[in-house]
Formats: sequence, structure tokens, C-alpha cells
Amino acid sequence: MVFLSKMFLKKYISDVFGAVRSLLKGMRLTGYYFTHRKEIITQQYPDNKEEMKLPERFRGEVVMPHDERNEHACTGCTACELACPNGTIKIITKFDVTPEGKKKKAIDTFIYHLELCTMCNLCIEACPTDAIKMAQNFEHSVYDRSELTKKLNKPGSKIREGVE
Amino acid sequence: MLSIENITHSIDAWLNSLFNPTVVLLVESLIVGLCVISLFAVLGLVLVLMERKVSAYMQIRLGPNRVGPGGSLQTVADTLKLAMKEGLTPDGADKFLFNLAPFVVIVVAMMILAPVAFAKGLQIWDLNIGVLYITAVSSLSVIGILMAGWASNNKYSLLGAMRSGAQIVSYELSAGISVISIVVLTGSLRIQDIIASQQDGWWLFKGHIPALLSFVIFIIAVTAETNRAPFDLAEAESELTAGFHTEYSGMKFALFFLAEYVNIFIVCAIAATLYLGGWMPLHIGHWAGFNRVMDYIPSSLWFMGKTFFLIFVIMWFRWTFPRLRIDQLLNLEWKYLLPISMVNLLLMTLIAIEGWYF
Repeated sequence: MVFLSKMFLKKYISDVFGAVRSLLKGMRLTGYYFTHRKEIITQQYPDNKEEMKLPERFRGEVVMPHDERNEHACTGCTACELACPNGTIKIITKFDVTPEGKKKKAIDTFIYHLELCTMCNLCIEACPTDAIKMAQNFEHSVYDRSELTKKLNKPGSKIREGVE
Repeated sequence: MLSIENITHSIDAWLNSLFNPTVVLLVESLIVGLCVISLFAVLGLVLVLMERKVSAYMQIRLGPNRVGPGGSLQTVADTLKLAMKEGLTPDGADKFLFNLAPFVVIVVAMMILAPVAFAKGLQIWDLNIGVLYITAVSSLSVIGILMAGWASNNKYSLLGAMRSGAQIVSYELSAGISVISIVVLTGSLRIQDIIASQQDGWWLFKGHIPALLSFVIFIIAVTAETNRAPFDLAEAESELTAGFHTEYSGMKFALFFLAEYVNIFIVCAIAATLYLGGWMPLHIGHWAGFNRVMDYIPSSLWFMGKTFFLIFVIMWFRWTFPRLRIDQLLNLEWKYLLPISMVNLLLMTLIAIEGWYF
């Protein structure tokens, strides 16, 4: 009479009670959500375009912030280009001549292919000087594909003093 | 007082004054048929909308909210879309069985509706073996499902149909035993007698813990029988696309969809009848004043309220629990539900013989 042994019955009954308890736990959570409408996280997008708030870590596109003197923090090290898994970033470098007459590597053009980008954030993590970041803009539709290939450093911009 | 019972009686009397009894019977059958079909249509629209709204709120979403006020016309729009679609029959399918299957499923759903008492005096057919009839007919729907799966000539469909067959055949047992435990208490298979026996309190409360247990087992078993999550392996979107109705489109698909929701309504109506007193208002023993206040609420409202509450509970299951694997499903039935419900039936019989219920 193995199946009627005390251990078996004890396990059987505790299995049933454990299952019921965990199922009720789940139902309590969904029941809580059902009765608490303020928990709803849906954004009614086109209607709330003005007051819409995106999460802080939302990834829309890669941008390069420039300060008021038209200076950025990009040294042209190409770490982002190497980090990019699908060739979204292309950096063209040049050599600046410092006042002391030394040659210094600098950025000429930062080409960013939005149409290839998967918003994986690897370039931002790779950047040693925090020169690029993710923007919250997500309305990217344009009429011509070429508009999606962007130049991130503004014309006439140069690297900020002290960024190495 | 204006009640549904009086309306049906006056229609009957009026028809009898115009025609001879045979014609009256035919005309009344026609009226009843029309009522059932329109009930099906309304139920389909309401329940699908309810399911979508309930699921949305449980998943912290909003659900349909564009078509009509608060999204209330969404299901009407969906039905229109389905009606416009072409009903394809695949090349390799068994054409006759393929086209017959949805009708078998929906006709079975219609047949189970016959002994359900919707309100005081509103019942299509008060036959003396109502409960037996329901359990017998409800197992027929598996034939429609197997037919659809087999005739589609599609692996997904066949797998879904086989799973559905195994599932319905096993869960029928514990559902049947749960039903019997109420029959033991009432001593009658007639639906009206079962409802009348709950005049002074519902069986769920009068029958102590065994009644509660058999109610829970019945709800689990009928959830499985109607192929709903967490027992929806017959259609399991993520593994079998749509199971037995993978190949169906247009109105034939809509019939399967409708049958699913109508079946939920029917099993909940039966659960409400057996355990929650059907259309009987909430009566507590001999509290005459309280009982009289409860009697002012129309019996049809009581019935619909109880049924929709149970439907809500079943939807709650669906949007909370993950799907079972096929071996877990059969384990649950054969190792847990069936032994428990058998022991429970013994206890219930003891209670009935000793008269320990209130």
C-alpha cells in the first residue's frame, strides 16, 4: 500500500493547497489591476501628443549634443563605429594642427544612418567622452530615404576645450 | 405585474385563438428559434467585447476604445469584417466534413440551450432529465471539433483536434461527477426542481464544503471543456497557430468563435443553475423581510447577473494563468480532480442521506 502511505498523502494534499494558493495569488494581482484603472500605462498617442511623457531611457535616435558655443565632445576615436553591430555609424576623421604645431586627430564628419539603426545603445555605451546620446524623438517618417542619413556634428563645430 | 411568464402565456393564448394546435406549435418553434439565434448574435457581440475589455484592464491596457462610445461597437465592426471575408476551403480538405463542422459545433451549442431556465417561466424545454440531457449533449461538440481538425488536412488542425478530444473526454468525467453531487442533494434531474430546491438558499451555501469543492471542480472542468485558457491547448496560438480552426476563414471561422463564447455562456448558466440557484433570488433561510426585498429584483436579472459573474471569473482565469502542457493537463484531471471529486461525491451522498444540509 505504497500509495496510501502517510508521506504520499501528505505530499498530495500539500501539492493541492500549494497550487491553489499560488493560483489565487496570481488572481489577486490581476484582480487588483482590473479594479485599479489608474495603473493603466497605455499612452493614447496621437491624442496626447503635447503632454505625452516618454520613459527616461526611451531610445529614439542617436544625437550629438552641442553647447551654445557650437562645441561637442567627440574626439573622433571611432569607438562607436567599432561598437556598432550593423554599420550604422561612419566617422571621417581629419588632422587638426594645434597652435604648438602638433598634429591632432579630430572629427570631420559623423555620419549616422538612422534607417539602419536598431537603437541597441551600444555606441552610447562605447563612447568614452559621452559625446553622443539617445534622443526621445520617435516620429522618423520622411518622404525620401536619403533624409535618414544624418550628419551629427553641426557645420563649423569643434571639439570642446579639455576633452581628450 | 408584467413578467416574462405572462408575456409568453399571452402570446400562446393569442396564437391558440387564431390557429389550430399544430400550426401553433410550428409558429412557436419558429419564434423560439429566432429568439435563440438573436440571443446567440447578441451574446457573441457582448461577450467578445467583454473579454477584450476585461483582458485589457487586467493587463493594464485600455482595450478597444475607438469604434463607438468607449469602443462599444468594436465587435460589430469585427463581425461585419468577418461577414465580408471569403470563406476559403483548402484544396486538400475533405470538403463536405470541412464545411459541416462549424454547423455541428453551433447546433450542439443551440441544443444545450434548450433546458436552461433564463427566468421564472422562461425555459424552452423543461424535460425531466434536463441535467442528463445537458451532460450528454455537451460532449457532442467534440465531434464537431474532431471533424474540423481531421477534414482540414493540416497538421496543426489535427493536433489541436486530438488534444481537444483527449481533453473533453477526460474532463467530462469530473464535470459529470460534480453535477451528480448536486443531483444527489436535490433528488431530481429536472432543472425546475433543482432551482425550486434552492428556494431557501443556494446549494453552494447549503451543501457545506463538499458543495463548494464540487463547484470549484465543476468550474475547472467546464473551463477545460470549453477549450479556454489555461486549458486552451486545442488552439494554443503560440504552438498550433489556431488549432482545429486554423484553416477556417470568414463566417465559418466566426461560427467557431461564436460557439466558443456561447459555450462559455451555457456552462456558466448551468453552473449558476446548479450551485447559485438559477433565477432564484438570494434567499436566506426564514428571513421573510430580506427575502421579500430580494424578490423585487426580476428573476431574469438574477440569472444574468450570476451567469455573467461566472463568465467574468472564467475570463479572470484566462488572463491570469499560463497554459498547461498536455501531460500536466491529463495529470490534473486523472490524478487530482477525478479522485477528489469521487471522494467529494461520497461525502455529499453522506450529507444527503443524513440530511445534514440546511
